[in-house]
Amino acid sequence: MPKLILRALAATLLLSCLGSAHADNDKVVAITQIVEHPALDAVHEGIKDELTERGYVEGDNLKLMFESAQGNVGIAAQIARKFVGAGPDVIVAIATPSAQTVAAAAHDIPVVFSAVTDPVAARLVKSLDTPDANITGVTDMLPLDKHMDMVLKVVPDAKTIGTVYNPGEANAVALVDQLDKLLAKRGIKLVKAAATKTSEVLGAARSLVGKVDAIYLTTDNTVISAAEAVMSVGERAKIPVFAADTATVKRGAVAALGFDYYDVGRQTGGMVADILDGKPVKGMPVQGVDTLQLFVNPGAAKRMGITLSDDFVSSASEVVDSE
Amino acid sequence: MLSDVALYGALETGLIYGLVAFGIYISFRVLNFPDLTVDGSFPLGAAVAGVLIIHGWNPWLATAAAILAGMAAGAVTALLNVKLKILNLLASILTMIALYSVNLRVMGRPNIALLSEDTVLTPWYDLGLSYQQVPVVLFSLICLVALVLLWRFMKSETGLAMRATGANPGMARAQGIATGGMIVLGVAVSNGLVGLAGALFAQSQGAADVTMGVGVIVIGLASLIGGEAVLSPTTVLRALIACVIGAILYRLAIAFALNADYIGLQAQDLNLVTAVLVTLAIVLPGARNSLRARLARKRMQGGQP
Repeated sequence: MPKLILRALAATLLLSCLGSAHADNDKVVAITQIVEHPALDAVHEGIKDELTERGYVEGDNLKLMFESAQGNVGIAAQIARKFVGAGPDVIVAIATPSAQTVAAAAHDIPVVFSAVTDPVAARLVKSLDTPDANITGVTDMLPLDKHMDMVLKVVPDAKTIGTVYNPGEANAVALVDQLDKLLAKRGIKLVKAAATKTSEVLGAARSLVGKVDAIYLTTDNTVISAAEAVMSVGERAKIPVFAADTATVKRGAVAALGFDYYDVGRQTGGMVADILDGKPVKGMPVQGVDTLQLFVNPGAAKRMGITLSDDFVSSASEVVDSE
Repeated sequence: MLSDVALYGALETGLIYGLVAFGIYISFRVLNFPDLTVDGSFPLGAAVAGVLIIHGWNPWLATAAAILAGMAAGAVTALLNVKLKILNLLASILTMIALYSVNLRVMGRPNIALLSEDTVLTPWYDLGLSYQQVPVVLFSLICLVALVLLWRFMKSETGLAMRATGANPGMARAQGIATGGMIVLGVAVSNGLVGLAGALFAQSQGAADVTMGVGVIVIGLASLIGGEAVLSPTTVLRALIACVIGAILYRLAIAFALNADYIGLQAQDLNLVTAVLVTLAIVLPGARNSLRARLARKRMQGGQP
């Protein structure tokens, strides 16, 4: 048995020597993602397409390495080591666990992460604006600022905005806290209504009636599961309801600014191409998603007692109608 | 070819999973208790160590707490089996799924980042070793200590009683051994080792994640069986050494599978390649023996007129 293992190892070594030969002036980009999943695969596709558009063509002047950890953090750790050992020009890590294992292993190789919701809490960067190490990337944090711009475009004189959220959902709590601070800066009050299960969403939405000029829902799983309850309150009390994801517009929200993970990938690919062009990673700010798609539902707006301006509707990338 | 970094990475991960293999050796081999709790106690160890470290605890104390947490999880499984008479496999599955919720509660969120925190590895970076060598050296020492302690324990009176419990519970009870207590102790120690592995893994990888327990039992079993196939251990000491060797070989196999793109393998084939390698490791020694036996028979037939 030991002899067999030795022989197998020798054969693999020999093969690997033959396989590692490639032209020296090619750029090498190594991409890893924690698991194969439609959103993450779309990021991967976007990165490849953007690199091609920027003149880095796979098999021509670019060597792409790709590994998926298949959901296993142990394998993710080994993939990170493999990439660091191979010494590529840039390592791209998709999703938080992969980004952390790569960050733990890469010391001087530039790292670009993608689809990481909170890079500061994940300890990938110290601050979003001025990362101090060889690591930067694109976060898929909801662009709340832009969402509020959209709400205020439709309801310009809103003084209070309401939201329904589940205090037991960590993501939702973080989003609502951030929203609170952001609205306070604009002199708008946020009224929060808590619902710990889907059956409580209706009551929570009703508690907002008479107190708010508009309702905005984050990507809270509990609330989105019962979004229709909020819509019915909005229609009866004539309060426009806005959402953070485009799917909820089809379920009766007035409008939402959503994003596609393919565009997140394109943006990530742009950062990778910048680094390949010779831009230093240090000090490259972490980017939020900038390609957003506006979905509007004029029918729902009418039922909630408002009319959308023609400009607003024509600026939408998709106009939908519920029912 | 495997780079130095990939090789050290395989050794480092292999040594951590060597501790898991020790744990699985105790439950599956010594006690004959198929215990799946490890898929939950591995992230539990990571979660406990992670939370304590970000709250400013000394990393060694945090790691010790992770061992205790793992032992508690193992004790729950064993007590479900011994006291409530729930089938051992089912008892361990119950604890394993319960631990998912417990781990989320312990961490308060699905992921705790330890990048840039002080870990058990931090002081070792000043010793002049390269960044990749430090974890290998430290984890080798920890593995060695665990191996010696386990070996001594298995030769002690309690250890012998535990081995008797697994080998023949009826006979053990007849000898006055409290077999229930032995099962609780053994499964607790087993999961304590797995908790230790989880704590070390989180510290070397920079994060504790609620999903990191996925497949720990399969990898641990593969390491155990692979090691046994290579060493064919007959003594406890050799069996323990086989655990570490099996875990390292498993990680080397994955490292090679990851580096085998040029022969047409892709990332998604990794699990299949792993399964094939493990199967070969299990089957080949037996095949060789039967081949040798057949040759010997032929020679004998040829030699005798």
